[in-house]
Amino acid sequence: MGNYVELFIKAVFVENLALSFFLGMCTFLAVSKRIQTAFGLGTAVIVVQLITVPTNTFLYHYVLEEGALAWAGLPDVDLSFLGLVTYIGVIAAMVQILEMVLDRYFPPLFHALGIYLPLITVNCAILGGTLFSVQRDYTMPESIVYGIGSGFGWALALVGLAGIREKLKYSDVPAGLQGLGITFIIVGLMSLGFMAFAGIQL
Amino acid sequence: MSSAAKRALIAPIVDDNPVTLHVLGICSALAVTTSLLPSLYMCLALTVVATLANTAVSAIRHILPTSIRIIVQMTIIASLVIVVDESLKAFAFETSRELSVFVGLIITNCIVLGRTESFASKNPVGLSFLDGIGNGLGYSVILILVASTRELLGAGTLLGYTILPNVADGGWYNPNGMMLLPPSAFFVIGLIIWAARTWKPEQVQKPEFRISEVHRTEAL
Repeated sequence: MGNYVELFIKAVFVENLALSFFLGMCTFLAVSKRIQTAFGLGTAVIVVQLITVPTNTFLYHYVLEEGALAWAGLPDVDLSFLGLVTYIGVIAAMVQILEMVLDRYFPPLFHALGIYLPLITVNCAILGGTLFSVQRDYTMPESIVYGIGSGFGWALALVGLAGIREKLKYSDVPAGLQGLGITFIIVGLMSLGFMAFAGIQL
Repeated sequence: MSSAAKRALIAPIVDDNPVTLHVLGICSALAVTTSLLPSLYMCLALTVVATLANTAVSAIRHILPTSIRIIVQMTIIASLVIVVDESLKAFAFETSRELSVFVGLIITNCIVLGRTESFASKNPVGLSFLDGIGNGLGYSVILILVASTRELLGAGTLLGYTILPNVADGGWYNPNGMMLLPPSAFFVIGLIIWAARTWKPEQVQKPEFRISEVHRTEAL
């Protein structure tokens, strides 16, 4: 149990997808103007991450990896080169299914997420989470914990940045730095703050 | 070269830069820039993928139903990325390890999908080809700028060759280790954006909110 907690804390703080691996930056910068929308997108990312990371890890271990098809009587087949296409296909399909399920059973949440749900397909934090999970050879339970943790860490950073930017619009920024420039500097400072978590041992 | 073709090729480099102006493709621009060599490979990989994806999408733009265009574009891009990834593994294994997941992440690099969606699906093949190269170059300019700044100030080297001799090796330069850490990537891009917008003032964003300036005597 202890190592799952450690993995979770590590995925949220030490290896924060947004602030130390720069994943999902496009959405991160574009959707961080208001806390409310940031919160909606953050929730969507956690849910999608929770579903796709374990699914893709499962696919890698039981279909794509070298020798993984032994259960089907094909021990010599190595399909790992098909990885990228498979992952992005799974992500796109999962997002689509999630969209339909939410629309049918949880309409308020569906309307709250709105346009952000389809956009998640092209969010590199999602594909990045999958690729890291596969690269580090996580087992199934580990990949579930890593999925939630990395999604949560990304959402946390997003809501944090949105909070800062809501206050920031009242400040007097030099013309050239206005908007995008100052946002980068702020994210840099946030990333510096998150570095304080590096080296934490539980 | 016609003016439209020239525009498609040149405009994305400074005037219409995908990174500093449209905030596209930031993730990899930040992540691989700790040293120059992997960044150069990354630029090459992205330019190749963007150009070929643009060409392919533009070639099938008349027969592609709009309802499934995104998934088709994603599949084309993903296949191209697999080709690039496998060739990197074959010819530049060390660099490919260093880039780790970021080559795969070209799939979700918004520059590629953004260009196929907004340009290639409406324009002829030749123009789309040039637009792909142009945007690849625009991305490369920023990446090379950031990477050379970070490698030079962080380690005193460029492409592994010593430019500023380190104190540790009897030189005079004390390397700034922070340049190799994630936060500095944000600072460097922020400063590049500032410089670009000071040079081209029409790119400056309007402030969303202005505190009205009240003259002291009015307030009293």
